[in-house]
Amino acid sequence: MPLSSRHLLGLETTPKEDIKLILDTATTFKEVLERPIKRVPTLQGKTVVNLFYENSTRTRISFELAEKRLSADAVNFAVSTSSVSKGETFKDTIKNIEAMKIDMVVVRHAAAGTPLYLTQLCDSHIINAGDGIHEHPTQGLLDMYSIREKLGKLEGVKVCIVGDIAHSRVALSNIFGLKTIGAEVSVCGPATMIPHSIKELGVKVFHNIDEAIQENDVLNILRIQLERKARSNFPSLREYHRFYGITNDRLEKNGKDILILHLGPINRGVEISSEVADGNKQIILQQVTNGVAVRMAVLYLLGTQN
Amino acid sequence: MKIALKNCHLIHPLQKINKKAGLLLEDGIISKIGNLSAEDLKNAEVFDLKDNFIAPGFFDMHVHLREPGREDEETVLTGCDAAAQGGFTGIACMPNTEPALDSAEVISLIKDKAKNHLVEVFPVGAATVDRKGEVLSPMAELYDAGAVGFSDDGVAIKTARILKTALEYSTMFDVPIIEHCEDDSLAGGAMNEGVTSTFLGLPPIPSVAEDLIVMRDILMAEYTGGKVHIAHMSTKKSAQMVREAKAKGIRVTSEVSPHHFTLTDEAVKGYNTNTKMNPPLRTQEDVEAMLEGLRDGTIDCIASDHAPHSLEEKEMEFEYAPNGIVGLETQIGLALTELYHKKVLTIEQVVEKFGINPRKILNLPICNFEVGQEANFTIFDANEIWSVDISQFKSKSKNSPFNKRLLKGKATGVINKKKMILNGKSQEL
Repeated sequence: MPLSSRHLLGLETTPKEDIKLILDTATTFKEVLERPIKRVPTLQGKTVVNLFYENSTRTRISFELAEKRLSADAVNFAVSTSSVSKGETFKDTIKNIEAMKIDMVVVRHAAAGTPLYLTQLCDSHIINAGDGIHEHPTQGLLDMYSIREKLGKLEGVKVCIVGDIAHSRVALSNIFGLKTIGAEVSVCGPATMIPHSIKELGVKVFHNIDEAIQENDVLNILRIQLERKARSNFPSLREYHRFYGITNDRLEKNGKDILILHLGPINRGVEISSEVADGNKQIILQQVTNGVAVRMAVLYLLGTQN
Repeated sequence: MKIALKNCHLIHPLQKINKKAGLLLEDGIISKIGNLSAEDLKNAEVFDLKDNFIAPGFFDMHVHLREPGREDEETVLTGCDAAAQGGFTGIACMPNTEPALDSAEVISLIKDKAKNHLVEVFPVGAATVDRKGEVLSPMAELYDAGAVGFSDDGVAIKTARILKTALEYSTMFDVPIIEHCEDDSLAGGAMNEGVTSTFLGLPPIPSVAEDLIVMRDILMAEYTGGKVHIAHMSTKKSAQMVREAKAKGIRVTSEVSPHHFTLTDEAVKGYNTNTKMNPPLRTQEDVEAMLEGLRDGTIDCIASDHAPHSLEEKEMEFEYAPNGIVGLETQIGLALTELYHKKVLTIEQVVEKFGINPRKILNLPICNFEVGQEANFTIFDANEIWSVDISQFKSKSKNSPFNKRLLKGKATGVINKKKMILNGKSQEL
């Protein structure tokens, strides 16, 4: 059974069957990753361009490894954002890259909607690796995969996303994907970090982290942006940590087994304490491993479409 | 030269005229209104208007001509051509050019470029030097050179103090301060804040950014006795505040752009950069408030906020694309389709919003159906069904979200300055 779309632009528009197919396929690839020779010939002869208009290390490496393990030809194209206003237009860049005869583009861009725009400019399969504060679908999928792997299911599981929901593409992809698959999604954070119209996304809102811990099976913790501009939404890192930081004390106080996810990179002592980040409730590094498997699944399912 | 216009439907709300008649013009001056006899038609070039409406010349008081500075996007003359094609005999052009319209020389340059065109151009001077909101522009000098109002359009006048000064100074000429209402500290987003912005992940502009400045400006108009005109109003709360201010006798007027009574922020889904403008497209509730404001007179006029942008500037990532769409050539069609045919406004009210009120706000004369007057008229067919085709635009820029949209009602001609353009054919009178 193939995916219903030629692209992976976001989880808002990805149907349940497609999400299940990707997660199931990822299970197969995870097994490949455990082998001594971690390579299959599935995408031999296919060319994938990793078009990164925004700095990213782990997402780009994760995609690149996934591509190489599927035997695709992977090309990295990193563009500094400063050249956007001065140099070649995005459209011209894409036309040039496509003229080199490629099959897929993995795109990371600071402006929301750019992956969709890309589908209008070229015929390649497009995978969104994060667009502005819109979506980051492969991150959403790998989070879902990791929860399912650990808890055995997603349907009915209570997942709370903690942090700056209003400025997070990861939050949005998780919300869309988890709701589609039947999980119960909530968000937790200070009021300034919750989007104005969150209720219409159909998720519950917590402003108290203790309540969020008590009522959920999973906490997916977002990274707090340390840059000054992003921080204008809350008074100080100290205050954030005091009211929203996940610590062992807090987990023990609420006396409940809970699964901790974090997409990294982690700010130890801000959104998560070191003892939790290294503790036995978290699956932070499994998420990283699963990321490669999930991206292999997406690349495989799109790359083998005609 | 003598021309006879047969089968006109004269409409003039101020004169309370709504009747079918003939019109005889000699050298552009009205010489007869009524049934045209064989004698009248002798030696006259005869045009059959087939019961098209003929109304006092329509006026668009919010146009960006881009000259000087961005002549690749529009010039005074291409803008005038677009205005004529769209059914306008007069336009007011906004001062956010490069350099800004903050000196008598630039105002004169624009007047001079337009002087031989059928469409009359009335510049709006910058309210402050270089629209920076710090030093008052030489308003008296600009007024003498032909400025009909003052604005820092693109942004609101920066501080309450300079707004107060500008309003006080403007009372000497009794011209309006035309305000782009947006709180600077809340500006900078890409679309209206709401469900759609959350789903699309676009940086939001809250509607309260507009409401705050509308409130400030109304209070300042009341305090100073100056005239404030709210440009391109788009929110429900703004409309309500203007309604209440008018009831109190405060000198405030307002305009709405066709996209703000036609489209909602849901049109942004798909990230089409021709749905990006400032103020942004709002919600259905706001659209309904615009319709109500038009109906009850809270909103005095319709203005396009014609904002030409080159293709390469709009063919871009949504967040990086500039704000604005062209509107001169679609707005009469949109108004007739969305307002007249959907029974929001009567035909008289449509004529008021285009042909009467903008001229009143800017203290410009209104052409009457009277023998001896120089003709300044717009001719339109309220029932013609046509499809917008951006390739047919006279404007240099084609950035419209309305391409291929089916409209009912179209401008068919304009008469002004002893010139006529009828069904695309122009001639001297």
